Amino acid sequence: MSRTTAPPPPREARPTADRRHRNPTDVRRAGWSTRVVLLVLCALWMLPALGLLVTSFRPVDDITTTGWWTALGDVFDPTAWTTQNYVDVIVAQGMGNAFLNSLTVTVPATAVPILAAAFAAYAFAWMRFPGRNFLFIVVVALLVVPIFVAFVPIFRLFNTLGIQGDFLSVWLAHTGFGMPLAVYILRNYMAGLPRELIESAKVDGASHFQIFWRLIIPLSFPALAAFSILQFLWVWNDLLVALVFLGSAADVEVVTVRLQGLLGSRGQDWHLLTSGAFVTMIVPLIVFFSLQRYFIRGLTAGSLKG
Amino acid sequence: MRSLLAHSRLWILLVAVALAIAACADDAEDVTDEGPDDEDVEEPEDEEPDDEEPDEDAVDDEPEEDTGIEGEAVSIMTPFADDEEQANFLSTIEPWAEEHGVEVEHEGSDDFETLINTRVEGGNPPDIALFPQPGLMRDMADAGDMRDLDEVLDLDAVEDSLIEGTLDDGTYEDEVVGLMYRLNLKSLVWYPVPEFEEAGYSAPETWDELEDLTAQMVDDGNVPWCIGIESSGATGWPATDWVEDIMLRTAGLEATDAWVEGELEFASDEVRGAFEHFEDITGGFSDEYVLGGNTGMVTTNFGDSSEPMFEDPPACYMHRQAQFIQGFFPEEVQENPEEHVDFFPFPPIDEEHGNPALTAGDIASLFTDNPAAEELVQHMATAEAGEPWAEAGGFLSAHEGFDTSLYPTDIEQRQGEFLTEASFARFDPSDDMPAEVGTGAFWTEIVDWIAGETDLDSAVEGIDESFPE
Amino acid sequence: MGQFGGAIFAIAVGLLGALAFYWLLNKVVEALPPAWENRLKPYVFIGPAIVIVATFLVFPALLTIRDSFHGSNAEEFVGLANYRQLLGDGSVWSLLLNNAIWIVVVPTVAVSIGLAVAIMTDRLSSTWERVTKALIFLPMAISFIGAGVIWRFVYEWRPPGRPQIGLLNAIVEAMGFEPIHWLGTSDLRLNTLLLTVIMIWLQSGFAMVLLSAAIKGVPDETVEAARIDGASEGQIYWRVVIPQIKSTIFVVTTTVMILVMKIFDVVFALTQGRFNTNVIANQFYFELFQVRHQGRAAVLVVLLIIAVIPIMIANIRRLRQEEALR
Repeated sequence: MSRTTAPPPPREARPTADRRHRNPTDVRRAGWSTRVVLLVLCALWMLPALGLLVTSFRPVDDITTTGWWTALGDVFDPTAWTTQNYVDVIVAQGMGNAFLNSLTVTVPATAVPILAAAFAAYAFAWMRFPGRNFLFIVVVALLVVPIFVAFVPIFRLFNTLGIQGDFLSVWLAHTGFGMPLAVYILRNYMAGLPRELIESAKVDGASHFQIFWRLIIPLSFPALAAFSILQFLWVWNDLLVALVFLGSAADVEVVTVRLQGLLGSRGQDWHLLTSGAFVTMIVPLIVFFSLQRYFIRGLTAGSLKG
Repeated sequence: MRSLLAHSRLWILLVAVALAIAACADDAEDVTDEGPDDEDVEEPEDEEPDDEEPDEDAVDDEPEEDTGIEGEAVSIMTPFADDEEQANFLSTIEPWAEEHGVEVEHEGSDDFETLINTRVEGGNPPDIALFPQPGLMRDMADAGDMRDLDEVLDLDAVEDSLIEGTLDDGTYEDEVVGLMYRLNLKSLVWYPVPEFEEAGYSAPETWDELEDLTAQMVDDGNVPWCIGIESSGATGWPATDWVEDIMLRTAGLEATDAWVEGELEFASDEVRGAFEHFEDITGGFSDEYVLGGNTGMVTTNFGDSSEPMFEDPPACYMHRQAQFIQGFFPEEVQENPEEHVDFFPFPPIDEEHGNPALTAGDIASLFTDNPAAEELVQHMATAEAGEPWAEAGGFLSAHEGFDTSLYPTDIEQRQGEFLTEASFARFDPSDDMPAEVGTGAFWTEIVDWIAGETDLDSAVEGIDESFPE
Repeated sequence: MGQFGGAIFAIAVGLLGALAFYWLLNKVVEALPPAWENRLKPYVFIGPAIVIVATFLVFPALLTIRDSFHGSNAEEFVGLANYRQLLGDGSVWSLLLNNAIWIVVVPTVAVSIGLAVAIMTDRLSSTWERVTKALIFLPMAISFIGAGVIWRFVYEWRPPGRPQIGLLNAIVEAMGFEPIHWLGTSDLRLNTLLLTVIMIWLQSGFAMVLLSAAIKGVPDETVEAARIDGASEGQIYWRVVIPQIKSTIFVVTTTVMILVMKIFDVVFALTQGRFNTNVIANQFYFELFQVRHQGRAAVLVVLLIIAVIPIMIANIRRLRQEEALR
């Protein structure tokens, strides 16, 4: 069941006949025009990020006086390059701790809203109850509320509950702020699943709870994975919510808050900003790559036959 | 079931990554723990002011409170975001805290305003907060969130100790709710010493001399001014400082106070005149007089704007900015400031008003009736409290009798002298105006005016209109 | 490593707590008589989500609507004064125009790019697919503050004759022209359009991730059937795949649209709304945190809530269509 072999084939299922078509020699090959277009797009998309990368390896005084591309001309000039910015960020007091805190905040703040949203999305998609469409529309409408609006009332609530400054408060806050989008996207995906599947499961006497866990969740995996990536990123890169509800005490501060502490209070320490941006990017990228495996074709087909 | 397994594998992967990161970080920390890294945090023991007795004359004489705060905690919120500034601030608090067995919980952040608003509105204020601007402090005092410091301090003694007028900065409707802790002196014009002298220039002592000097520079093909007024959400404040500095020198203290109260309109001759002086001395914001002209002014960050002064040859020769700008100078300048840079006081214009000092600063307020916090405020009201920070640099004391020889550089010592010799000190007037004006229209309109999007008439009119009814 | 153990413990508590909660809730409802069970079951599923949303968003939103009729401290009742003040001030129309530009440009372009990339990468070998997607996705992983720095290095203006550190002006100068102050040029709202480029750069990855998930969910059989009928690859995408992911395209477009309605950080980081680039959320931030006038700030949120109504109507119509099709 849980073979831990190399990625391809990226599923635990036996390779069935129709999976064979996924190998690169079949008809689904991209033509050269497609490749060129993609290449151009990638180059455009990369250019600013490349600028960030180059900048992060430059001495602080160079950054604001000459363009980053000039450093590319001095590739072999040792004075044009430095790793000091990274050293400053990585060995900064409490950075390791901040990474742990970020994970502590992010993992539940990603999983809990998705869990709650998945339940709600299922109900919105496949259950009938009074007020269904109205409630759904309200949830979507709330996407437009800027979160600053909620800070003070929520803060007051957490104070009353006595959880202000605990991880629980941030989990709840992110769950609240991330919920509308999660419900909206997951409901759309679940509503698109084949009706016969759910009907036949009901005929077999499965309860809603069983249908949800055994059928809907596995079938919605691409959407769940996609949304997990997004929610993870938002929470990981969030500064304000963490600052307001957790604060910057050493034992709870997250990476973004720690990074802000490294930056000058009035200045623009661009050398630290740029290197810090890359250091904090590591984890989201790992998440992205590891969840990409679930973006595979034919999940529905496979499970239908299974 | 399958999906659950897949799930668990994902978590295991995440956890493994976390472990790896944590391990690396731990190693890194181990290295730094042994290194000389802690030097700037730890205070050398022998430099602590060893006054067992708090300064008699600045403290309420209630000795029975001296006991019973052991083991208590005091929470402080400040706008000090970066580690160095935090360490400097704590160096003024920690010795006291250790002596009294009090634990200090300090929270410093760039988003101080958002945070303090949330905390106070949410009913969980810190014991003490340091406000960078009195406007916000007064709003909170207005809402009744703060303690009257008269209950905690002997205000007469404190007033005697502080530079004249400083106590008023923390006063709201006859109650003193804030105590000036760190002063920021704004009326300074910086210049690069060797190049300045090489070109045969000398520091002007009057406005006329300053006008001659700028004209001379332009004739020589040099650009006199480095000005950058971009500052994220607060863009425009360096320009308002210019106008205020001029206003103090052309209209004087009383007129400035009337201006703050809204009694003297921006459209009045006095205030308009200050705007016009600013326009004149910078040649109408042309690129002959200001590096990059008006576009340069509105797009250059105030922190970066002094940098061209230290190029070879200097791209511009003078920079009017508060003393904190020293922290933004290029590294080699900061390492050895006296060799590279010096300042002259912003010159007097109308003799009647002499040479005033425009100031700002961080003001401490007390929110709770935590006895340990009260005692800490008493400590903070003494001149001695600031000594460790003064020695580290970047700190000017608001106390009249402060020993200026403690300041690390000649430059800072002379700033201290300038402060005590100034004809009067006036806290940043725009900070005293209602928020709609002082952090609103005054900033936006002056930026539009400099950028050439509006003329002076509509700019001052726009600011006047923003005064709340 | 005690810290680490603590972190794991905290995470475990958070996750297991949530799971146990649903399981318990379900058990409780299942213990009831069947009629009640069926009536209450949906609320077990949506209950927690609705409670959370009500607490964290509905309640604050209602407070805000209340505040919009009150003064700067949200205390005295001032009726419609805030509305009159804001709408009577000509500058609010400039805000709305800018928001309109954002709302039209960003979703259209970002979703098109996201869709194109999702479709094109679908036809690459899996390694290349991953690499390409990662590159397009990369901007989303960069923290916003980092993205702000990057784009400053694209649009930055320096006086003529000084080294340009902005990419665009370096190119302009190399071609022998005077550097242009891009973000200060509001003719034809050029600067707003340049800011939307940043958002497109950020959001295309978002659209791509969701659309890609949808494409992967298209059953193989339908594609195979079309192929057997002799349809070309292009036709397969146009006639088979896109119709099947239409609702996802709609949802993603709507999402990006709503996100863009409250666009704040891009504008705040690069121009703070100067040079006629101001938008509603930025003005809201300004009124709330700088001017500290809660009443006027609240009016701006109410404007956003009103602006979202057409999108809501479109959603309701879609729901009806869906129901009809099922």
